[in-house]
Amino acid sequence: MRPEEGVLTSRSRGIGAVLDLLTDELVVVCNGFASREAYALRDRPENFYMIGSMGVTPAIGLGVALSQPRRKVVVLDGDGNVLMGMGTLATIGALKPKNFIHIVFDNEVYGSTGNQPTISQTVRLDQVAKAAGYLHVERVRELDDLIYEARTMLKKEGPSFLLVKVSELADDVGRVGIEPAAMTERFRKAAMGGTAA
Amino acid sequence: MAIPAAKFVGRLQEVGFDFFTGVPDSILAGVIAGLIERRAYVPAVREDEAVAMAAGAFMGGKTPVVLMQNSGLGTSLNTLMSLNLIYLQPCLLVISWRGHDAGDAPEHLVMGRVMTQLLDLARIPHRALGADTYQEDLNWAAQVLMKERIPVALLVIKGVLS
Repeated sequence: MRPEEGVLTSRSRGIGAVLDLLTDELVVVCNGFASREAYALRDRPENFYMIGSMGVTPAIGLGVALSQPRRKVVVLDGDGNVLMGMGTLATIGALKPKNFIHIVFDNEVYGSTGNQPTISQTVRLDQVAKAAGYLHVERVRELDDLIYEARTMLKKEGPSFLLVKVSELADDVGRVGIEPAAMTERFRKAAMGGTAA
Repeated sequence: MAIPAAKFVGRLQEVGFDFFTGVPDSILAGVIAGLIERRAYVPAVREDEAVAMAAGAFMGGKTPVVLMQNSGLGTSLNTLMSLNLIYLQPCLLVISWRGHDAGDAPEHLVMGRVMTQLLDLARIPHRALGADTYQEDLNWAAQVLMKERIPVALLVIKGVLS
Protein backbone atom coordinates (compact mmCIF):
# COMPACT_ATOMS: atom_id res chain seq x y z
CA MET A 1 0.00 0.00 0.00
CA ARG A 2 1.33 3.45 -0.89
CA PRO A 3 1.70 5.81 2.08
CA GLU A 4 -0.91 8.26 0.83
CA GLU A 5 -3.48 5.49 0.58
CA GLY A 6 -3.36 4.62 4.25
CA VAL A 7 -3.94 6.50 7.43
CA LEU A 8 -0.31 7.33 8.03
CA THR A 9 0.67 10.41 9.94
CA SER A 10 2.48 13.23 8.15
CA ARG A 11 6.22 13.83 8.49
CA SER A 12 5.46 17.25 9.91
CA ARG A 13 3.39 15.79 12.76
CA GLY A 14 6.15 13.27 13.39
CA ILE A 15 8.87 15.91 13.46
CA GLY A 16 6.76 18.08 15.75
CA ALA A 17 6.22 15.16 18.14
CA VAL A 18 9.97 14.43 18.31
CA LEU A 19 10.91 18.09 18.79
CA ASP A 20 8.38 18.30 21.66
CA LEU A 21 10.30 15.56 23.52
CA LEU A 22 13.62 17.38 23.42
CA THR A 23 15.45 19.46 26.00
CA ASP A 24 19.10 20.21 25.16
CA GLU A 25 19.67 17.51 22.51
CA LEU A 26 21.54 18.56 19.36
CA VAL A 27 19.51 18.00 16.19
CA VAL A 28 20.63 17.72 12.56
CA VAL A 29 17.79 17.86 10.04
CA CYS A 30 18.14 16.63 6.44
CA ASN A 31 17.65 18.90 3.42
CA GLY A 32 14.28 19.37 1.76
CA PHE A 33 10.89 19.83 3.39
CA ALA A 34 12.01 18.16 6.64
CA SER A 35 14.27 21.11 7.50
CA ARG A 36 11.64 23.66 6.50
CA GLU A 37 9.00 21.92 8.61
CA ALA A 38 11.27 21.59 11.65
CA TYR A 39 12.22 25.28 11.35
CA ALA A 40 8.57 26.32 11.14
CA LEU A 41 7.45 24.00 13.97
CA ARG A 42 10.06 24.62 16.64
CA ASP A 43 13.22 26.49 15.80
CA ARG A 44 15.91 26.28 18.48
CA PRO A 45 19.67 27.03 18.57
CA GLU A 46 20.33 23.29 18.98
CA ASN A 47 18.83 22.63 15.50
CA PHE A 48 21.03 22.51 12.39
CA TYR A 49 19.13 22.60 9.11
CA MET A 50 20.74 21.24 5.95
CA ILE A 51 19.85 22.87 2.67
CA GLY A 52 22.16 20.98 0.31
CA SER A 53 24.64 18.11 0.52
CA MET A 54 21.94 15.47 0.35
CA GLY A 55 22.93 12.12 1.82
CA VAL A 56 25.35 13.23 4.50
CA THR A 57 22.93 14.14 7.31
CA PRO A 58 23.97 11.28 9.61
CA ALA A 59 27.65 11.93 8.81
CA ILE A 60 27.29 15.51 10.08
CA GLY A 61 25.45 14.19 13.14
CA LEU A 62 28.17 11.59 13.71
CA GLY A 63 30.87 14.28 13.68
CA VAL A 64 28.90 16.24 16.27
CA ALA A 65 28.27 13.12 18.37
CA LEU A 66 31.94 12.08 18.40
CA SER A 67 33.16 15.55 19.34
CA GLN A 68 30.48 16.12 22.00
CA PRO A 69 30.15 12.66 23.57
CA ARG A 70 28.23 13.96 26.59
CA ARG A 71 25.48 15.47 24.41
CA LYS A 72 22.75 13.43 22.75
CA VAL A 73 22.53 13.93 18.98
CA VAL A 74 19.28 13.35 17.11
CA VAL A 75 19.37 13.10 13.31
CA LEU A 76 16.07 13.72 11.53
CA ASP A 77 16.47 12.09 8.15
CA GLY A 78 14.51 10.91 5.10
CA ASP A 79 14.44 7.74 3.02
CA GLY A 80 15.96 9.40 -0.06
CA ASN A 81 18.79 10.80 2.04
CA VAL A 82 19.51 7.44 3.74
CA LEU A 83 19.56 5.64 0.40
CA MET A 84 21.99 8.19 -1.02
CA GLY A 85 24.46 7.84 1.84
CA MET A 86 23.74 4.30 2.94
CA GLY A 87 27.42 3.62 3.65
CA THR A 88 27.14 5.91 6.67
CA LEU A 89 24.80 3.41 8.33
CA ALA A 90 27.79 1.04 8.28
CA THR A 91 30.14 3.68 9.67
CA ILE A 92 27.74 4.34 12.55
CA GLY A 93 27.09 0.64 13.12
CA ALA A 94 30.83 0.03 13.35
CA LEU A 95 31.69 3.01 15.57
CA LYS A 96 28.60 2.62 17.79
CA PRO A 97 28.36 6.16 19.19
CA LYS A 98 26.23 5.83 22.36
CA ASN A 99 24.79 9.32 22.00
CA PHE A 100 23.40 8.91 18.48
CA ILE A 101 19.71 8.62 17.61
CA HIS A 102 18.74 8.35 13.94
CA ILE A 103 15.08 8.98 13.12
CA VAL A 104 14.13 8.41 9.48
CA PHE A 105 10.82 9.70 8.14
CA ASP A 106 10.09 7.36 5.25
CA ASN A 107 7.49 8.61 2.78
CA GLU A 108 8.83 6.45 -0.08
CA VAL A 109 9.24 9.47 -2.37
CA TYR A 110 11.60 12.32 -3.24
CA GLY A 111 9.18 14.94 -1.94
CA SER A 112 11.06 18.11 -2.83
CA THR A 113 11.40 17.24 -6.50
CA GLY A 114 7.89 16.09 -7.31
CA ASN A 115 7.25 12.86 -5.41
CA GLN A 116 9.21 10.50 -7.63
CA PRO A 117 9.32 7.09 -5.92
CA THR A 118 12.36 6.03 -3.92
CA ILE A 119 13.08 2.32 -3.46
CA SER A 120 12.35 2.25 0.27
CA GLN A 121 9.03 0.51 -0.37
CA THR A 122 10.95 -2.65 -1.16
CA VAL A 123 14.22 -2.06 0.68
CA ARG A 124 13.69 -2.24 4.44
CA LEU A 125 15.92 0.53 5.76
CA ASP A 126 15.34 -0.59 9.36
CA GLN A 127 16.73 -4.02 8.50
CA VAL A 128 19.72 -2.40 6.79
CA ALA A 129 20.39 -0.42 9.97
CA LYS A 130 20.05 -3.56 12.09
CA ALA A 131 22.49 -5.46 9.86
CA ALA A 132 24.89 -2.51 9.98
CA GLY A 133 25.06 -2.76 13.76
CA TYR A 134 22.70 -0.16 15.27
CA LEU A 135 21.87 -1.42 18.78
CA HIS A 136 18.20 -0.50 18.89
CA VAL A 137 16.07 -0.55 15.76
CA GLU A 138 12.33 0.03 15.58
CA ARG A 139 9.82 0.64 12.80
CA VAL A 140 6.57 2.48 13.51
CA ARG A 141 3.50 3.65 11.60
CA GLU A 142 1.53 5.42 14.32
CA LEU A 143 2.21 8.75 16.00
CA ASP A 144 1.74 7.25 19.49
CA ASP A 145 4.28 4.53 18.73
CA LEU A 146 6.71 7.11 17.37
CA ILE A 147 6.46 9.11 20.60
CA TYR A 148 6.88 6.00 22.76
CA GLU A 149 9.92 4.70 20.84
CA ALA A 150 11.59 8.10 20.50
CA ARG A 151 11.18 8.72 24.22
CA THR A 152 12.68 5.29 24.98
CA MET A 153 15.60 5.81 22.61
CA LEU A 154 16.37 9.21 24.13
CA LYS A 155 16.95 7.40 27.45
CA LYS A 156 18.94 4.43 26.10
CA GLU A 157 22.52 4.17 24.94
CA GLY A 158 22.67 3.99 21.16
CA PRO A 159 23.18 4.05 18.33
CA SER A 160 19.44 3.79 17.77
CA PHE A 161 17.46 3.81 14.55
CA LEU A 162 13.77 4.62 14.31
CA LEU A 163 12.03 4.22 10.97
CA VAL A 164 8.77 6.16 10.80
CA LYS A 165 6.47 5.42 7.90
CA VAL A 166 4.80 8.71 6.95
CA SER A 167 2.51 10.03 4.23
CA GLU A 168 3.68 12.11 1.29
CA LEU A 169 2.02 15.22 2.70
CA ALA A 170 4.34 18.22 3.01
CA ASP A 171 3.40 21.32 5.00
CA ASP A 172 3.09 24.57 3.09
CA VAL A 173 6.09 26.20 4.72
CA GLY A 174 8.74 28.62 3.52
CA ARG A 175 12.49 28.25 3.36
CA VAL A 176 14.65 28.16 6.45
CA GLY A 177 15.10 31.80 7.43
CA ILE A 178 18.62 31.60 8.81
CA GLU A 179 21.65 32.35 6.70
CA PRO A 180 23.90 29.24 6.50
CA ALA A 181 27.03 30.77 8.03
CA ALA A 182 24.98 32.23 10.90
CA MET A 183 23.44 28.79 11.46
CA THR A 184 26.87 27.19 11.76
CA GLU A 185 27.86 29.73 14.42
CA ARG A 186 24.57 29.39 16.29
CA PHE A 187 24.70 25.60 16.32
CA ARG A 188 28.40 25.51 17.18
CA LYS A 189 27.80 27.75 20.16
CA ALA A 190 24.88 25.56 21.30
CA ALA A 191 26.98 22.39 20.86
CA MET A 192 29.95 23.81 22.74
CA GLY A 193 27.84 25.18 25.57
CA GLY A 194 28.42 28.82 24.74
CA THR A 195 32.21 28.61 24.50
CA ALA A 196 32.56 28.87 20.69
CA ALA A 197 35.23 31.34 19.61
CA MET B 1 64.39 13.92 2.19
CA ALA B 2 60.86 12.73 2.92
CA ILE B 3 58.97 13.95 5.98
CA PRO B 4 58.72 11.09 8.51
CA ALA B 5 54.98 10.33 8.85
CA ALA B 6 55.14 10.30 12.65
CA LYS B 7 56.68 13.79 12.62
CA PHE B 8 53.95 15.04 10.32
CA VAL B 9 51.25 13.59 12.59
CA GLY B 10 52.88 15.17 15.64
CA ARG B 11 53.06 18.52 13.89
CA LEU B 12 49.37 18.33 12.87
CA GLN B 13 48.44 17.87 16.51
CA GLU B 14 50.79 20.62 17.69
CA VAL B 15 49.23 23.06 15.25
CA GLY B 16 45.87 22.30 16.87
CA PHE B 17 44.17 19.72 14.68
CA ASP B 18 42.28 17.30 16.90
CA PHE B 19 39.81 15.35 14.74
CA PHE B 20 41.01 13.07 11.97
CA THR B 21 38.94 11.14 9.48
CA GLY B 22 39.25 10.02 5.88
CA VAL B 23 39.60 7.21 3.40
CA PRO B 24 43.06 5.66 2.90
CA ASP B 25 45.54 6.04 0.08
CA SER B 26 48.94 4.37 -0.20
CA ILE B 27 50.72 7.75 -0.22
CA LEU B 28 49.05 8.57 3.13
CA ALA B 29 49.45 5.09 4.65
CA GLY B 30 52.15 6.15 7.13
CA VAL B 31 50.14 9.13 8.37
CA ILE B 32 47.00 7.07 8.82
CA ALA B 33 48.97 4.34 10.62
CA GLY B 34 50.40 7.01 12.95
CA LEU B 35 46.93 8.38 13.66
CA ILE B 36 45.51 4.91 14.32
CA GLU B 37 48.41 4.26 16.70
CA ARG B 38 47.44 7.41 18.60
CA ARG B 39 43.77 6.33 18.54
CA ALA B 40 42.98 9.56 16.79
CA TYR B 41 41.54 8.31 13.48
CA VAL B 42 37.86 7.86 12.62
CA PRO B 43 37.59 5.73 9.47
CA ALA B 44 35.00 6.81 6.88
CA VAL B 45 33.66 4.72 3.99
CA ARG B 46 33.43 7.58 1.48
CA GLU B 47 35.23 10.88 1.23
CA ASP B 48 32.04 12.99 1.19
CA GLU B 49 31.03 11.25 4.41
CA ALA B 50 34.43 12.14 5.89
CA VAL B 51 34.04 15.79 4.83
CA ALA B 52 30.56 15.95 6.40
CA MET B 53 31.80 14.25 9.57
CA ALA B 54 34.53 16.88 9.77
CA ALA B 55 31.90 19.62 9.38
CA GLY B 56 29.98 18.13 12.30
CA ALA B 57 33.17 17.85 14.34
CA PHE B 58 33.96 21.50 13.66
CA MET B 59 30.55 22.46 15.00
CA GLY B 60 31.26 20.23 17.99
CA GLY B 61 34.34 22.32 18.78
CA LYS B 62 37.08 20.42 16.94
CA THR B 63 39.58 21.47 14.29
CA PRO B 64 39.26 18.67 11.75
CA VAL B 65 41.46 17.03 9.13
CA VAL B 66 40.21 14.87 6.24
CA LEU B 67 42.69 12.54 4.52
CA MET B 68 41.92 11.23 1.05
CA GLN B 69 43.19 10.21 -2.36
CA ASN B 70 42.39 12.80 -5.03
CA SER B 71 39.78 10.48 -6.57
CA GLY B 72 37.87 11.24 -3.36
CA LEU B 73 37.96 14.94 -4.17
CA GLY B 74 35.58 14.14 -7.02
CA THR B 75 33.30 12.28 -4.62
CA SER B 76 33.44 15.17 -2.14
CA LEU B 77 32.80 18.13 -4.43
CA ASN B 78 29.08 18.46 -3.78
CA THR B 79 29.51 18.28 -0.01
CA LEU B 80 32.34 20.81 -0.14
CA MET B 81 30.28 23.15 -2.34
CA SER B 82 26.84 22.85 -0.77
CA LEU B 83 27.89 22.31 2.85
CA ASN B 84 31.35 23.57 3.87
CA LEU B 85 31.66 26.49 1.47
CA ILE B 86 28.22 27.96 2.13
CA TYR B 87 27.96 27.17 5.86
CA LEU B 88 31.58 28.27 6.40
CA GLN B 89 32.82 25.06 7.98
CA PRO B 90 36.61 24.78 7.79
CA CYS B 91 38.72 21.65 7.63
CA LEU B 92 42.17 20.68 6.43
CA LEU B 93 42.08 18.42 3.38
CA VAL B 94 45.22 16.31 3.08
CA ILE B 95 44.92 15.00 -0.47
CA SER B 96 47.34 12.59 -2.11
CA TRP B 97 48.19 13.70 -5.63
CA ARG B 98 47.78 10.51 -7.58
CA GLY B 99 48.41 10.98 -11.30
CA HIS B 100 51.01 13.67 -10.63
CA ASP B 101 53.40 11.63 -12.75
CA ALA B 102 52.32 10.26 -16.10
CA GLY B 103 53.56 6.86 -14.95
CA ASP B 104 50.76 6.41 -12.38
CA ALA B 105 47.85 4.04 -13.08
CA PRO B 106 45.50 5.24 -15.84
CA GLU B 107 42.51 5.83 -13.53
CA HIS B 108 44.48 8.59 -11.79
CA LEU B 109 45.74 10.50 -14.80
CA VAL B 110 42.75 12.75 -15.56
CA MET B 111 42.17 13.75 -11.92
CA GLY B 112 45.92 14.19 -11.46
CA ARG B 113 45.90 16.67 -14.33
CA VAL B 114 42.82 18.72 -13.38
CA MET B 115 42.85 18.58 -9.57
CA THR B 116 44.40 21.98 -8.92
CA GLN B 117 42.03 23.58 -11.45
CA LEU B 118 39.05 21.97 -9.69
CA LEU B 119 40.24 23.39 -6.38
CA ASP B 120 40.77 26.81 -7.98
CA LEU B 121 37.26 26.76 -9.48
CA ALA B 122 35.77 25.89 -6.09
CA ARG B 123 37.97 28.58 -4.52
CA ILE B 124 39.54 26.14 -2.11
CA PRO B 125 43.03 27.41 -1.24
CA HIS B 126 45.70 24.78 -1.79
CA ARG B 127 49.41 24.15 -1.96
CA ALA B 128 51.64 21.16 -2.50
CA LEU B 129 53.21 19.95 0.73
CA GLY B 130 56.98 20.49 0.62
CA ALA B 131 59.42 18.11 2.27
CA ASP B 132 61.46 21.11 3.47
CA THR B 133 58.57 23.50 4.03
CA TYR B 134 55.95 21.27 5.68
CA GLN B 135 55.91 23.16 9.01
CA GLU B 136 55.35 26.44 7.22
CA ASP B 137 52.77 24.78 4.92
CA LEU B 138 50.81 23.47 7.90
CA ASN B 139 50.91 26.84 9.65
CA TRP B 140 49.69 28.53 6.47
CA ALA B 141 46.83 26.04 6.06
CA ALA B 142 45.77 26.34 9.71
CA GLN B 143 45.78 30.14 9.55
CA VAL B 144 43.85 30.39 6.30
CA LEU B 145 41.19 27.85 7.20
CA MET B 146 40.45 29.40 10.59
CA LYS B 147 40.46 32.93 9.19
CA GLU B 148 38.35 32.20 6.10
CA ARG B 149 36.38 29.36 7.71
CA ILE B 150 36.60 27.23 4.58
CA PRO B 151 38.39 23.98 3.66
CA VAL B 152 42.06 24.32 2.71
CA ALA B 153 43.96 21.58 0.85
CA LEU B 154 47.52 20.32 1.19
CA LEU B 155 48.46 18.15 -1.79
CA VAL B 156 50.85 15.27 -1.17
CA ILE B 157 53.02 14.06 -4.02
CA LYS B 158 54.45 10.55 -3.80
CA GLY B 159 57.76 10.49 -1.91
CA VAL B 160 57.16 13.65 0.15
CA LEU B 161 55.85 11.67 3.15
CA SER B 162 57.56 8.50 4.32
